[in-house]
Amino acid sequence: MNFDFTPDQQMLRDVARDFLGNHVPLKLCREALDDYGQHARQAIWPKIAALGWSGITIPEALGGIGLGYLELVVVAEQMGRALAPLPFASSTYLATEALLLSGTKAQRAHYLPRLATGEITGCFALAENGVRMSDSFNVATLYHNGRVSGMKPYVMGAISADFVIVAAKRNNKVGLALVDLSEAGVTRVMVDTVDPSLAVAAIDFKSASAEWMDADVATIEALLVRTAVPFAFEQLGGAERALDLTREYVSERYAFGRPIGSFQALKHRLADAYVDIELARANCLYAAWALSSDAPDLVEAASAARISATKAFDLISREMIQMHGGVGFSWEYDCHLFYRRATALAASIGGIADWQDRLMRAVESRIPLHR
Amino acid sequence: MDFNDSSEQAAFRAEAAAFLSEHWALLPPGKDMNEAEFNAALVVEAKAWQAIKYDNGWACLHWAKAYGGRDATPIQSIIWTQEESRFDAPSVEVFSLGHGMIGPTLITHGTQEQKTGFLQRMARGDDIWCQLFSEPCAGSDLAGLRTSAKKDGNDWIINGQKIWTSAAQFCRYGMLVVRTDPEVAKHDGLTCFVLDLASAGVAIRPIKQANGEADFNEVFLTDVRISDANRIGEVGNGWRVTMTTLLNERLSLSGGFGMAQLFERLCAQTRELGLTNDAGVRRQLANYYVRIRGLEHINKRTITALSLGREPGPEGSIAKLVAAPLVQNMARFGIELQGMLGTLVLDDGYDFQKKYLAAPQYRIAGGTDEIMRNILAERVLGLPAEQRADKGMAFNKIPSGR
Repeated sequence: MNFDFTPDQQMLRDVARDFLGNHVPLKLCREALDDYGQHARQAIWPKIAALGWSGITIPEALGGIGLGYLELVVVAEQMGRALAPLPFASSTYLATEALLLSGTKAQRAHYLPRLATGEITGCFALAENGVRMSDSFNVATLYHNGRVSGMKPYVMGAISADFVIVAAKRNNKVGLALVDLSEAGVTRVMVDTVDPSLAVAAIDFKSASAEWMDADVATIEALLVRTAVPFAFEQLGGAERALDLTREYVSERYAFGRPIGSFQALKHRLADAYVDIELARANCLYAAWALSSDAPDLVEAASAARISATKAFDLISREMIQMHGGVGFSWEYDCHLFYRRATALAASIGGIADWQDRLMRAVESRIPLHR
Repeated sequence: MDFNDSSEQAAFRAEAAAFLSEHWALLPPGKDMNEAEFNAALVVEAKAWQAIKYDNGWACLHWAKAYGGRDATPIQSIIWTQEESRFDAPSVEVFSLGHGMIGPTLITHGTQEQKTGFLQRMARGDDIWCQLFSEPCAGSDLAGLRTSAKKDGNDWIINGQKIWTSAAQFCRYGMLVVRTDPEVAKHDGLTCFVLDLASAGVAIRPIKQANGEADFNEVFLTDVRISDANRIGEVGNGWRVTMTTLLNERLSLSGGFGMAQLFERLCAQTRELGLTNDAGVRRQLANYYVRIRGLEHINKRTITALSLGREPGPEGSIAKLVAAPLVQNMARFGIELQGMLGTLVLDDGYDFQKKYLAAPQYRIAGGTDEIMRNILAERVLGLPAEQRADKGMAFNKIPSGR
């Protein structure tokens, strides 16, 4: 048994960690709260593309570097560590995967090479007011005769994206449509969010020109399950970094004549946060394997990774502020960046309750619940 | 990533399975080998099976051949355990302290005479061993133990009381740690011995536990004589010897207390009560599932480390800290599911009540939750050590409460 990444994948991890450590300091993430990540995207994304990571899962024939999902998650974890304010999740997990799963031949040939070179980025619009995942994505946005109309109040990465893949109804069946964001009838509306660095916008479609894709509800479900894995790795990376920084702080900060990290009231809580992170890491690794090998228990594996990584990042991001005390609540300290990102990623493709529900549906279909 | 055996590992697994299938049928589904309790009849069966394993080279695989083992690699030991657990063989749990912890301690610290005299009989299951560490006043702070040993010619005279000794009534020997010098700091005045439990002055009494069972004993030691030849390690080196044993304990204690089965029982109970669509129930089950699977995958990482010849990390401490409260929580949730009837102890195959009454011990034995958190925080996260009021103080000057 070898439940670990290959030496090549570990080398990729080190390269990603070094690159992001040098080029994406937390300062950049703090600035991104003010400019919605625009500067970071312009300055860093071409470099990400030059490294091949914007096309990491795109086949070589379509301009990508044709690596697999194991490589995608390795980079995702480091993006999470860096709190990178970049369209990696919105474009490279979501829009790219949607094209790979359900793009027509022409759509793939047109968009994937441009995504790989970093010339364009995409985003994915599912959420609508009042729609929960357990409603089978009962969206109100409509596609009819090559036009899309509707309102998507939360689209990650939309501010800087060039195209969007939209969940919409056609002949009363939910599927996906692809819309160029420069088309007439598309209005992006700036919205205030918990984490502005993720470049979220609302998109209003008024009879905007659109192309239908080869997708149905099952495709959307597959897209969410498959992207949950890199999302979980990104959350895992953020959680690890938050733990590292908190551990350093409590070891160096003195109160009552001793390092505050020597008090069990703090160290036991950090041990609990560490345990949650290690459980998440184990679930993430298994989910990465399940994704890369299309294992039959992918839904369970991805859901477990998503739930445990969400919880782990949520816990340490709260403990991080608490253990820093007053300064932890200042804009100048980095704690709130983690607190914001943990919350934003937790909501991004559905919260814990959605994934618990999905997990239990999968468990029920496997475990004979009768004695 | 690769979950398959290497060709050598696969061949070893096949060899183990072939041997096992000569003696036992496969375990029927739903039966848990580890749920068996100690009783005289089971001990006889366990001894007979252990002797067969020994005679065929399948006992204590990780020990050297000279001591009755097989010189196997850690991964081979794991493969053997995995294979043995698939068959309906008697539980050999009663040997686990000896084979997993005390044997390796004797191999590291024992004299040649001790190794020759004890190890092969231990491996063959002729003698069952217990651990005589905890005392009424020394639990998490084990180094605060008070049982004394005074030199008398070539012997030592032991006086004191040990507690929480498993299966002592079936044991021939115990590994004993006592205080040989109360005038030095507490960790420096300890020494380890092999105690023959048949010695004069040894009295064993079962402890009636909070759940009504009696898996553990008190062992009273009154003017018990031990020959100096049965001392393990140097005088005053007992703490290091003890730590060797406990380190092996934490490696071997991550069995999970039957959590996967408990989860399946919760699912079955949920279905039987028609609660499958209750959102609160589903969420709770999902939370348990995520932690159980996380531990299973952490286990894969341990096996990976052993497979690649690396030292395993802190996985054992993580596993114990997660599994023990998880089992308690799941058992309590099972009771909750049963509503007003939740207090009935029925022989209905669910057994949430018995599991819940037994569960507090999992969070205490083999290192409390709190000690596990200290270990993870200090040894893994590198946080500063807790300040100790008794640091460097002579043992007999340390304040003691009740």
